[in-house]
Amino acid sequence: MTSNSLAYSEQPGGGEAAELGQEAIPAPAPAGAFGLFGSDVKKNEDLKQMLESNKDSAKLEAMKRIVGMIAKGKNASELFPAVVKNVASKNIEIKKLVYVYLVRYAEEQQDLALLSISTFQRALKDPNQLIRASALRVLSSIRVPIIVPIMMLAIKEASADLSPYVRKNAAHAIQKLYSLDPEQKEMLIEVIEKLLKDKSTLVAGSVVMAFEEVCPDRIDLIHKNYRKLCNLLVDVEEWGQVVIIHMLTRYARTQFVSPWREDDGLDDNEKNFYESEDEETEKSDKRKKQYTMDPDHRLLIRNTKPLLQSRNAAVVMAVAQLYWHISPKSEAGIISKSLGMFEPYLKSFYVRSTDPTMIKTLKLEILTNLANEANISTLLREFQTYVKSQDKQFAAATIQTIGRCATNISEVTETCLSGLVCLLSNRDEIVVAESVVVIKKLLQMQPAQHGEIIKHMAKLLDSIAVPVARASILWLIGENCERVPRIAPDVLRKMAKSFTSEDDLVKLQILNLGAKLYLTNSKQTKLLTQYILNLGKYDQNYDIRDRTRFIRQLIVPNEKSGALSKYAKKIFLAQKPAPLLESPFKERDHFQLGTLSHTLNIRASGYLELSNWPEVAPDPSVRNVEVIGLAKEWAPSGKTKKENPVKKFYSESEEEEEEDSSDSNNDSGGPSDSASCISGSESGGDSSEDSSEDSSSEQESESESESEVENKRSSKTQRKSDLEDRGKKTSRSKTSDMSSTGSSSAEENSSDSESESESESETESRKVPKVKEKKPQQDRNPINPGVSLLDLDDFNLVSTPIALPTPALSPSLIADLEGLNLSSSSSVINVSTPVFVPTKTHVLLHRMSGKGLAAHYFFPRQPCIFDDKMVSVQITLNNTSDRKIENIHIGEKKLPVGMKMHVFNPIDSLEPEGSITVSVGIDFCDSTQTASFQLCTKDDCFNVNIQPPVGELLLPMTMSEKEFKKEQGMLTGMNEASATIIAAPQNFTSSMILQKVVNVANLGAVPTSQDNIHRFAAKTVHSGSLMLVTVELKEGSTAQLIINTEETLIGSVLLRELKPVLSQG
Amino acid sequence: MIHSLFLINSSGDIFLEKHWKSVVSRSVCDYFFEAQERATEAENVPPVIPTPHHYLLSVYRHKIFFVAVIQTEVPPLFVIEFLHRVVDTFQDYFGVCSEPVIKDNVVVVYEVLEEMLDNGFPLATESNILKELIKPPTILRTVVNTITGSTNVGDQLPTGQLSVVPWRRTGVKYTNNEAYFDVVEEIDAIMDKSGSTVTAEIQGVIDACVKLTGMPDLTLSFMNPRLLDDVSFHPCVRFKRWESERILSFIPPDGNFRLLSYHVSAQNLVAIPVYVKHSISFRDSSSLGRFEITVGPKQTMGKTIEGVTVTSQMPKGVLNMSLTPSQGTHTFDPVTKMLSWDVGKINPQKLPSLKGTLSLQAGASKPDENPTINLQFKIQQLAISGLKVNRLDMYGEKYKPFKGIKYMTKAGKFQVRT
Repeated sequence: MTSNSLAYSEQPGGGEAAELGQEAIPAPAPAGAFGLFGSDVKKNEDLKQMLESNKDSAKLEAMKRIVGMIAKGKNASELFPAVVKNVASKNIEIKKLVYVYLVRYAEEQQDLALLSISTFQRALKDPNQLIRASALRVLSSIRVPIIVPIMMLAIKEASADLSPYVRKNAAHAIQKLYSLDPEQKEMLIEVIEKLLKDKSTLVAGSVVMAFEEVCPDRIDLIHKNYRKLCNLLVDVEEWGQVVIIHMLTRYARTQFVSPWREDDGLDDNEKNFYESEDEETEKSDKRKKQYTMDPDHRLLIRNTKPLLQSRNAAVVMAVAQLYWHISPKSEAGIISKSLGMFEPYLKSFYVRSTDPTMIKTLKLEILTNLANEANISTLLREFQTYVKSQDKQFAAATIQTIGRCATNISEVTETCLSGLVCLLSNRDEIVVAESVVVIKKLLQMQPAQHGEIIKHMAKLLDSIAVPVARASILWLIGENCERVPRIAPDVLRKMAKSFTSEDDLVKLQILNLGAKLYLTNSKQTKLLTQYILNLGKYDQNYDIRDRTRFIRQLIVPNEKSGALSKYAKKIFLAQKPAPLLESPFKERDHFQLGTLSHTLNIRASGYLELSNWPEVAPDPSVRNVEVIGLAKEWAPSGKTKKENPVKKFYSESEEEEEEDSSDSNNDSGGPSDSASCISGSESGGDSSEDSSEDSSSEQESESESESEVENKRSSKTQRKSDLEDRGKKTSRSKTSDMSSTGSSSAEENSSDSESESESESETESRKVPKVKEKKPQQDRNPINPGVSLLDLDDFNLVSTPIALPTPALSPSLIADLEGLNLSSSSSVINVSTPVFVPTKTHVLLHRMSGKGLAAHYFFPRQPCIFDDKMVSVQITLNNTSDRKIENIHIGEKKLPVGMKMHVFNPIDSLEPEGSITVSVGIDFCDSTQTASFQLCTKDDCFNVNIQPPVGELLLPMTMSEKEFKKEQGMLTGMNEASATIIAAPQNFTSSMILQKVVNVANLGAVPTSQDNIHRFAAKTVHSGSLMLVTVELKEGSTAQLIINTEETLIGSVLLRELKPVLSQG
Repeated sequence: MIHSLFLINSSGDIFLEKHWKSVVSRSVCDYFFEAQERATEAENVPPVIPTPHHYLLSVYRHKIFFVAVIQTEVPPLFVIEFLHRVVDTFQDYFGVCSEPVIKDNVVVVYEVLEEMLDNGFPLATESNILKELIKPPTILRTVVNTITGSTNVGDQLPTGQLSVVPWRRTGVKYTNNEAYFDVVEEIDAIMDKSGSTVTAEIQGVIDACVKLTGMPDLTLSFMNPRLLDDVSFHPCVRFKRWESERILSFIPPDGNFRLLSYHVSAQNLVAIPVYVKHSISFRDSSSLGRFEITVGPKQTMGKTIEGVTVTSQMPKGVLNMSLTPSQGTHTFDPVTKMLSWDVGKINPQKLPSLKGTLSLQAGASKPDENPTINLQFKIQQLAISGLKVNRLDMYGEKYKPFKGIKYMTKAGKFQVRT
C-alpha cells in the first residue's frame, strides 16, 4: 500500500498531463508542459493516430511501441484513452498488449479504466476456460478500488468454476484483492477455505500461497486438508511445492510433539550442533519412552523425500529445511545435514581464486565448521594458500578462520599461533593487521608463556600503520607489561612521541598502556605517563579527553582522589576473560532455515515465526474429518458445518472399512466360489442402463460426505431392490457359465443384505473350510463389530466384506491407501474379486530335475496377504520319490532390482506321494521380469523361475460406466494404446469376449449400457495404476481394442497378448 | 512475491523494467548501484541486498544484472531460481541472452514475462508451454509479421497447461522423428603446484533435443547407473522407476530440455585429462620476471583435447608481458592484468607452450603469490566419468525414431595453483 501511494506521488505530472491532453486534443497543453520534449509528443500523436486507425497492423505496431516505452520506464499514460478503446480487439496480440498497458496504468487512470471492465465481465462468462482465466487475471490486476465488489464476485464465481485452471487464477486473484482492499479479508478467507478443499494439483500451490498471505494464522483451515496436501505434493508444480512445504513445516511445528529425544543416538555426540533444540530435548525427556510419531507427521516427512531430487534448488532447500526443523535427528542425515555427513565433501568446499567473495566467505565458514583433529592439518595447508591470495580481504578472513580453528582444536593452537606469527612478516598490511588481532585474542586465552611473541609484535609497531593492529599490540603489551619489563617502557616512549598523530583507537590504548605502566613501573614511566595524560587532556576527541581525566583521577594520587584509587591496579590489571572467536554466521538460527530473514539475519516483513513444538499434541483427529471431506469436491460449504461427530466417525470408519473390504477380498485364499461369482453377477449380469446408474449413485453416496443419513437409508433400500433386481436379471440372462453362477450368489447376497447382522459371519462360515489364511479375520472381527454392523448396509455389496487380517499394518497402510484414494485421479473405486480364476498351472520344477520333488504354481488372483504390492502365487509341491523329502524351503533369491518376495515357511517334511500347497507373494514391480530363486530341500538346491503373465499383475476393480468413462477421459494421449481385431462374429458375443479377456488378464467387468462396448477395469498390483480395457465392436467382423493406463509398458504388453486371443476362433 | 524486475547492464543503465504489482520506482535500484560500486567485480555484488522498504535479489548472467524487487519474506532461492529460469527462457527464445537482443525483442520479452508471473507468483515457467503461448521470433516469422501484421502470440490456446503432462503440448507432429541426447560432463578441479589433484569432481548433465510425434514414452538406461551420485531430474522423469530400477522413464517435453543433472563425487577418482607445467618467477632484484607454461595431455582415453584456453590473473605489480606462444594467440590486458592464451588443439607430439618475460613495476616488491591458472578445454566423444547410455526405447508410438547420443567432457572450474 505504501508503494501505491508512492507511485501516485511520483507521477502526478504524468497523470495531469494526460488529463489535460485528453480535454484538449490536439494537445496545446503539452506544448507548455513538455516544451522540451516536442518530438516525444509528436511521436505520441502518431501513436494515437495509429491506434485509432482501422487497420490491425497499425494498431499492433503502435501497441508494440507503447510496450517498448513502458519497458524502458517511459511514461505512456497519456495514451490511455486511445489504448483502452482497443481492449475488445479481436486480434489476440493487440488484446494482450492492451492488457499489459491497462494493468500498468489503470491505477493512475481509474475513471478511464472502468470503461474496460464490462469487457472482462463478459469474458468471465466465456465458454473457454482459458479466456475466463485470463479475464480474471487482468480484472484482478487492475488496482482500482471501485471495482472491489466486482472482483469479489468474480473471484467467488471463479472459485467454483469447473476448470481447475480458472480456480488457480482465482487463488491468485485473492491475494491481489487482499492487497487492494484488506477489508475483504473475511470474505476472502471463505474462498480460501473452499479452494483449500480443491483436489487439483494446479490449484494447491496457488491457494496455499493465498493462505500464507491472507490468513497464515488460520491453521485450523489446514487440518482437513493436511493429508491431501501431503499426498498431492509430488505432483504440484515446483513453485507451489516450495510454498506448501514451508507452510506444512509451520503446521507440523504446531500440531505434533517433538520427535527429538536424547536417546536418539546421533544426538549424543552432536548435541553441540543442535544447541537451539536443547530446551525441547529436556522437555520431551519425560515422554521419551512413550513417544511414537504421529502417522501424519511421518506422512509429511516421507512424502517430501522424493522432492530432494528436484531440479529446482528452491524445492531442495525447502525439503532440507523441513527435515531440519521437523524430522527426527537420526533422519536428518538424508539431507547431509549432520556435519559428519558433510565431511567426505570437505574438498568440495575448497576455495578457487575465481569464486565470488560471498561464496569464498561461505566456503570458509563451512570449512571451519568441518575442521576437526583428523583433517585440521590438511585444512591448515589449504589455508596457507588462501592467506597468500591476491584477494586480501579473503586472506584476512582466512586468518580469522585460522584463529577459530586454533581455539576450537587445542592440538593445533600452537601450530596456528606460530603460523600466524610468521604472517606478521607478511608484506601486506591487511594480512599483518588481521594476524595481530587474532594473535592478540589467542594469547589472551593462554597468557604466560608468550613473551617472545610479544617482543616480536612490539617491534612491529615501527612498521605497521593499521590502527586496529597498533591498538591490539599496545593492549597486549599493556596486559603483559610485567613480562616484558624492558620493552614496555620503551614502547610507551615511542608512543608518547607519536601520540598526536595516532588514530583515536590507538590513542586510547596508549593511555591504557601508560596507566598500566604507571601502576607497575612508576619509577621509569611516571613522567612519560603524565606527559601523555597532558596530551590527552587537550585532544580534539572528547572521548579521549574523558578517558584521560578518568585515568588521571584513578591512578595519580592526590588529595581529591577517592577510595577507588587504592584499587587502581586491580581495576586495570584484572584478569580479563578470553574473548570467544565466533562465527560471523552465528545467532541466526532462530530464523527458519532458507528464509530471507535467515539469509540477512534481519527479520523481514511478513516473516512467519516457526513455533516451538507443543508440549502435548493437539487433537490429531481434527485431520481425520477431511478424508471424506475431500471426496466431495464442490459441496456447498454450509453443509460441512452440520457434520456432527457421530457422522464423522460413521463415515470415516466406512472409508476404512472400504479399504479393508477391498483388501480382505484379497485375503480369501484359493479360488473361492462366492467371491468370484459375486463379481460375476456384477459384470456378466447386467447390461441394462438403470443398474449402471444405480451403481454410480452408490459410488457417489459413498464418496460424498454430506450425504445425510436419510440419504443413506434411501440408497440402502434402493440398493437392496437394485440387487434383487440385478439378481433377477442375471438369472434371466444365462449367457455363460459365469453369469449363471453369478446369479445364484447374487441371490444369496441379496438375502444377506436383508439380514446384515448375519451376513459377515455367514460369508465367513462359508469360507472357513476353504481358506487357509482365515484366522486373522476372526481376530479382527471383535475389534469393532459395531462399526461393521453399522456400515455393512452402506457397502457396495459386490465386494464381499471380509475383514483385513493385519491390524498391525494399519496406521501407515491406511495412510497409504488414503493417499491412493486422494490422488487426483481416482475417487472411490473398489478392488473387487476376480471374475474368473484360470486353473492353468505352470511347472516350476519338474520331478526329473527336482530329484523327485515336483512343483507347480498358479496365480490364484487374490490380493496378497503379505504385502498389498505383491502378487500371490500358489505353489503346489509333490513328492514323487519314494523317500521323505525334508526341509523344503526357498533358498537364495536372485531378484531384479526393486522386486521383493515373501517366502513360505519351511516345510519340515513331505511324505512320498504327499502333496502340499503353499503360497508366496512376489512384488514384480509391475514388470514381467522373471523372479529367480532357489527351491531347496535338505540335500539339494534347484534354481527355479517364475515369470508372471502380464494379466496376473492386475487386480480387478469394480466401477460404474460413468466412473470408467471419467477415468478413461483422463488417460488419453500417450496413456492410450489401441489395436483393431478381426474375428468371426460368433467370437464377438459378450460372453465369449468376457471369457477370453478374463482368461488372459485379471480384469473386472464394468457394467455397460451399450451392447457393442465391453469394458474392463483393473489396477496394477504394485503401483495401483488404473488399467482400463475397452472392446468396441464395429461393423462387420472387426473390433477395436483400447487400453488406457498410466503404465504404458504393461498396457502395451497386455494389448499384445489380448489381441491374438480375441481374434482366435 | 516478486514485485518488479529490473534489467541492468554492466554500465549501470536500467534498460528494462517490469512490474507485476503496483509500480516500484526505479530509484530503488540506487541501492543496487551502491552495492555494485562497493563490489570490485560484477560477480561480487551480493545476491541479496536489503533496502529500507524492499529487498533486491539479483543474478548476474550474460553481463546483465537481473534484479528482482520483493517486499516481504520469501525464500531467496525461490527468487534466484526463478530469475535463472527467466534467463534460460530468454536464451531458449532468442538463442543468446544479451542486452541488444533483449532490446530488439522487447515486446516478446514483455509478453513472456507477463506469462511467467501472475501477481509475482510463477505461473508458466516451462519453456515449452511458453512457446505455445508466445511464439519465439524466427527470421521467417519476423518477415511475415512485418508484411502481414500478424502476431507472435499463439492463436491456439495453450492446452498443455491443463493436461496431465503439463510440460508437453499436444498434437506434436514431425516428419523426421529424432531424439538426441548430449551427455556433457564438466570437471571441477584444483591442482596444486606440483601437479597433483587437490580436489576434483564431475558435474554432469544430460541435455536432450527431442522431436518426436505424438506422445512418446521413453526409457533411457545406463550401463553403469551407480556412478551417479547426486541426481536431479526434469519433472517429466518418473522418480519411482529411477528408485527401483535406475532407469529414466519419461514422456519428454517437445524440443530442448535438460533431462538430468548429476554429480560424481570427489571420492571417486576423477581422471584428469590435462596437465600444466609452469615456471613463473619474480626476482626481487630486477624488474623482470620469467614466465613459461606448457600444456599437455594426461588421461585422455585416446581422445584429442580441443578448444584449450588458458587464463590467468597476474598480480597487480605486473606491468607488461612479452611472450611467444608455440601455437595459438595470446593477449595481456595491462589494465585488468588478465593474461589469456587461446591454445586450440593439443598435439601430443608438439606440446603447446607460452614463454617469455614479464616486466614488473620498478621498485615494487615481488608479489608474494604466483598467479593461478584457469583452464578451459573440451574433449569430444568422451564422458570422463565413464558413464555410458545403454539403450533408449520408445513406447506409445509406432514409428521408428532416429536416436543419437553424444558425449562431451569440458573443463568446469579447472584451476591450477602455481
